[in-house]
Amino acid sequence: MTISLDHYLIVAALLFTVGGVGIFLNRRNVIVILMSIELMLLAVNINFVAFSLYLGDLVGQIFALFVLTVAAAESAIGLAILVVYFRNRGDIYVDDITMLKG
Amino acid sequence: MISFYMPDLKHIIPEGILILSALGILMEGVFRKTGSSASFRRFSHYGIIALFLALVVLVFQHKTGEKWVTFEGQILQDDFIYFAKILILIGSMAVLAISLPSMMKEHIVSFEYSPLILFATIGMLLMVEANDFMTLFVGLEMQGLSLYILAALSRDQITASEAALKYFILGALATCLYLYGSSLIYGFSGTTNFQVISSMIRIESTGGLSIGLFIGLIFIMASLSFKVSAVPFHMWTPDVYQGCPTPITAFIAAAPKVAAMVVFLRIMVSPFLLLYADWQSLIIFISFASMALGAFAALRQTDLKRLLAYSAIGQMGYVLMGLAAANDEGIQAVFVYLTIYLIMIIGTFGCLLCLRGKGFEGVQNIEDLSGISTLHPKMSFTLAVFMFSLAGIPPLAGFFAKLYVFKAAISAGLFGLAIVGVLSSVVAAYYYLKIVKVMYFDDVPSSPAVTYGQVLVLSPEMTVVLNICVVIILLFFIFPNPVLEMAQRAALALPI
Repeated sequence: MTISLDHYLIVAALLFTVGGVGIFLNRRNVIVILMSIELMLLAVNINFVAFSLYLGDLVGQIFALFVLTVAAAESAIGLAILVVYFRNRGDIYVDDITMLKG
Repeated sequence: MISFYMPDLKHIIPEGILILSALGILMEGVFRKTGSSASFRRFSHYGIIALFLALVVLVFQHKTGEKWVTFEGQILQDDFIYFAKILILIGSMAVLAISLPSMMKEHIVSFEYSPLILFATIGMLLMVEANDFMTLFVGLEMQGLSLYILAALSRDQITASEAALKYFILGALATCLYLYGSSLIYGFSGTTNFQVISSMIRIESTGGLSIGLFIGLIFIMASLSFKVSAVPFHMWTPDVYQGCPTPITAFIAAAPKVAAMVVFLRIMVSPFLLLYADWQSLIIFISFASMALGAFAALRQTDLKRLLAYSAIGQMGYVLMGLAAANDEGIQAVFVYLTIYLIMIIGTFGCLLCLRGKGFEGVQNIEDLSGISTLHPKMSFTLAVFMFSLAGIPPLAGFFAKLYVFKAAISAGLFGLAIVGVLSSVVAAYYYLKIVKVMYFDDVPSSPAVTYGQVLVLSPEMTVVLNICVVIILLFFIFPNPVLEMAQRAALALPI
């Protein structure tokens, strides 16, 4: 069996869905949310690289490099905000992030 | 007419000024003593001067009707983008000016404040001038990441860090949706450039459109709805507005909303105009739901900033009504609305930042404003003007903003949407007028335990900004032409 574009797209869509569901179903730890976000970004990268190969166009791979770079900056900032939150609150349980509501 | 293909640095002088001054301020912050109020004031002044310089260069460089593309088709400027850039620079500058004394009163004097605002502004400029999904991504992220840090700038305040965490998680999710959408659009059109996508759709529209392109567009619309806080994706707005320190809420509420809305408009109208019949119903739904939610959810709020958040959701619904019309008139109405919205929001937050309790703590609840008209007649009058304008009472500017949007919707045949808009603005008038009622007709709380806006903290910068805002809101109906003409030229620059 040869691996075609469809297979890559299906894998990427599955990974993206797993990441998205991970953000909303996870009730325990904020770190897991950060991991889910990374998973979604990597799913997007699979999409870009697969399309780039299929179209014979380099733009998709350049885009994937941009995504990787920005994802690194984003997780750095996310972890920094998480540390600030942890210092104030003492835990990072998702269910406890409920001070602001109404 | 495209006149340049070579990367020509003279086109990005305003952005260059901002980048160099942000880096310069960071350097000075690293090497010199910081952390005092005096140094914070100096850094903020540097930021205001840099934004002003960028604005001056932008205005003098731009010739009406000129259009150029540079950096290999990544960056574009025309009258539309020029107007958006002016709004963004003015918004950032005004917020930097009004937030100066209150940041010090809230004990946030980190020198990173003004560089972060500059970086966010550069990101917004890059967003609106992007002509490619890749550049737009970099702009969105540059703005978004700076805003997440700004939200968490008050490090020992638990509400601020919780708001920042929520803002970050939902913002990152929006980024993922944007990227997935742009990967699908790239895959099904073979390019990320807006103009090429537009011509691809023109060719393909004869033979039926690939469904992948439309799914990609829906993902992009979802992520941009996050950024403008329109209804299915508005959840972060009230929490972030309430949790952040007020000066930072003012910044998040002003220029980034305008930038995101302009990008929304540009994506829908520039590359995907021919899919109009497909996306119009979605925009109508988003606009309808935002207006209704903004009107009804704000009724039971007691927290001022939370109320303003729901008000912002409603206002964005009105702006999207202009986009749903998708004709020249609609685009013009969107720009007029965004201009007036920016001025009203800066003015409202300016008033809230001035009013402080006995220990200089900021006003939090609507009751904190009880009876301040006897203590500060001028300030209450100013705030009342902005509230009447937000409610859309003629002859204030907010009325005309709504009028143009409704006119555009009716001329496009969207009668239902226009009726819902009028009805929800009637409902929304209740909570704006309630604030005026509390200020003018409620008694000053006698219990000493109640803190309320008793002390007025004003700086020269604040006085200037508030006076300009009030004058514009009051006199817009006499001199509407400068704004109307600029908005019209902006609308004509788009291929509608």
